[in-house]
Amino acid sequence: MARAVPTRTKWFNTATAGTLGFLMFFPILWILILSFKTEEDAIRAPLEVLFASDWTTQSYGAVQERSDYFKHFMNSVTISVGSTLLGLIIAIPAAWAMAFVPAKRTKDVLMWMLSTKMLPPVGVLIPIYLIFRDFGLLDTRVGLTFVLMMINLPIIIWMLYTYFKEIPGEILEAARMDGATLREEVIYVLTPMAIPGMASTVLLNIILAWNEAFWSLQLTSSDAAPLTQFIASYSSPEGLFYAKLSAASIMAIAPILIMGWFSQKQLVRGLTFGAVK
Amino acid sequence: MNVKRKLLASAATIAGLASLSSIAAAEEITIATVNNADMIVMQKLAPKWEEATGNTINWVVLEENVLRQRTTTDIATGGGSFDIMFIGAYETPIWGAKGWLTPLDDFADDADYDLEDIFQLVRNGLSADGSLYAVPLYSETSFTFYRTDVFEKAGVEAPTEQPTYDEFAEMVAKVHDPDNGIYGTCQRGKAGWGENMAFIGPLANAFGAKWFDMDWQPQLDSEEWNNAITYYVDLMNNYGPPGASANGHNENRALFKDGKCATWVDATSAANDVRNPNTSSVADVTDFFQAPKQVTSNGTGWFWSWALAIPASSKKADVAKDFLKWGTSKEYYEMVGESEGWVAVPSGTRASVHEDARLLEAAPFAETIKQAIFSVDPANPTKDPVPYTGVQFVAIPEFQGIGNYVGQQIAAALTGQATVEDALANSQKFAVREMTKAGYIK
Repeated sequence: MARAVPTRTKWFNTATAGTLGFLMFFPILWILILSFKTEEDAIRAPLEVLFASDWTTQSYGAVQERSDYFKHFMNSVTISVGSTLLGLIIAIPAAWAMAFVPAKRTKDVLMWMLSTKMLPPVGVLIPIYLIFRDFGLLDTRVGLTFVLMMINLPIIIWMLYTYFKEIPGEILEAARMDGATLREEVIYVLTPMAIPGMASTVLLNIILAWNEAFWSLQLTSSDAAPLTQFIASYSSPEGLFYAKLSAASIMAIAPILIMGWFSQKQLVRGLTFGAVK
Repeated sequence: MNVKRKLLASAATIAGLASLSSIAAAEEITIATVNNADMIVMQKLAPKWEEATGNTINWVVLEENVLRQRTTTDIATGGGSFDIMFIGAYETPIWGAKGWLTPLDDFADDADYDLEDIFQLVRNGLSADGSLYAVPLYSETSFTFYRTDVFEKAGVEAPTEQPTYDEFAEMVAKVHDPDNGIYGTCQRGKAGWGENMAFIGPLANAFGAKWFDMDWQPQLDSEEWNNAITYYVDLMNNYGPPGASANGHNENRALFKDGKCATWVDATSAANDVRNPNTSSVADVTDFFQAPKQVTSNGTGWFWSWALAIPASSKKADVAKDFLKWGTSKEYYEMVGESEGWVAVPSGTRASVHEDARLLEAAPFAETIKQAIFSVDPANPTKDPVPYTGVQFVAIPEFQGIGNYVGQQIAAALTGQATVEDALANSQKFAVREMTKAGYIK
């Protein structure tokens, strides 16, 4: 039976959650507002920005005119989806092995994988840059996809491992007794049961890869430049481009925001998968 | 018939060869640049060069710090990602001396380009070991922007000669009117060697301070540094806008253009924008005087130049040189004047541009900028002799790290999180450690 919660507490909780939510969303809202102002209006006092200036789409026009948004957008899609799918292909067998056929050092292997995330990326910048230079991978989508796959792989494996651990091994055993091969066991039995977890893994990694800025700024210049570089090109220490920078930011985050909005149910379901037994 | 066919075949062959040769000659070059207004104009006009030569350009536009990190990685590893880079007066001599840049000495042989027309001071700043490694798009120093109407209302006479910082503080105190939304002075407070230290470096020079003595021993705990930083903190706390420690060039430019500041010591390159009635509410009531001095006038205005350089790793150096000549030629400045108006012509580089009547009419302050630039001597930036060059920076690779750290310490002193003494003591400790690590001192 559900515990009775007093109405006042309910109101208080709702108001607190609403305020926190608004505070977290406020920077994005402000960027959205500035993107519809002229450069001159965008630097005025906040109240003047809101009430004493006109609304215009000229910043969007200027950004569109100066930069090839579609090229950057397609690069972002290719790199984020590509790196996630590539990661999945490697992570599913790895997570299966660790979840259902654990060895003595499986936990250590998992910790070691996670520890690679603790190294600051700049620490390996020069070696990776040299490897990219020698293999001709600088400013290529293949190169960046590979790097993003590598940096997100520990997270993908960890997430899948957690989801797989929730699936009873007996079900897989039963499939094996019915004559399923290893490939059939993974594809037809394990994968369908882990779909919610895999979906949230995919979504989270696409978001991480989409927003990744360090490697995408360092390893690309024009051909493979994703939306993070598109935003960076409107930031300037000398001169005022707040409105255009805001417009570029909105254009860059809009696709991933919309994707997140539509898939939030799946995302939450996946992230809380196995939380309640 | 036979002759006709032969003629047709020959014509077709020639046309085919011509088109093939034009395809083979056409190159694509990649240029890394910052997003400053003059570079945006260059991007707008670059299709003219592309049309004339058949070559194409990939522009990689990045924020200054990101660009610096990106180009440093590429050039140090010989990555070859860029054929042309916009770099500053700080990097050019260091990278040139390391052999990372293509020398541009042959520009002197091109009579049409007229290298001698570029100010000697600027050429020196972009050279290393007697070789030129970059050509400037624009150069700047710092001077004082002031509001003529506010000065008049407060009964303050603007100086005709270079004032001292003490005199400047007196003026600022008189024009400070926060009740009417006007602050006495707006200066950079945001930490960073290219932000607050760009103002503080020349201020410290004026007070007789120096970064290092002739033996490369850091001097940040000296009395001169203490005097300079105490002056800065007092000035900003008494007459600056609230939250000044978060203000960099952009924020102050916005405040000044919005009429919130009576004085501002900053880049001459912002003058066009502040005096442009389309972008500034104080265009008609802004004038300029030299950045103040104190115990010395050496190094009281900074020197900076945004210039185009070719990395040694570029495989298209010839095409890149052609673009460099085009983008910094007399004709280019003419083109900017025609297309964007003469007030938007990049300043501080060519003598012929500064003598052009159209520029002097559209931007009467161009002469003040020229004089201010001529008053700078990066080779003698301090009262006493020092082993380094550079006014607001020290032209050694270690300076970025030291400058950023000292900038953070001074920002902490400005917000009251640290005393001036502690900030400078920490800075000294850090500088000694870095200089020892780099082998300058034992």
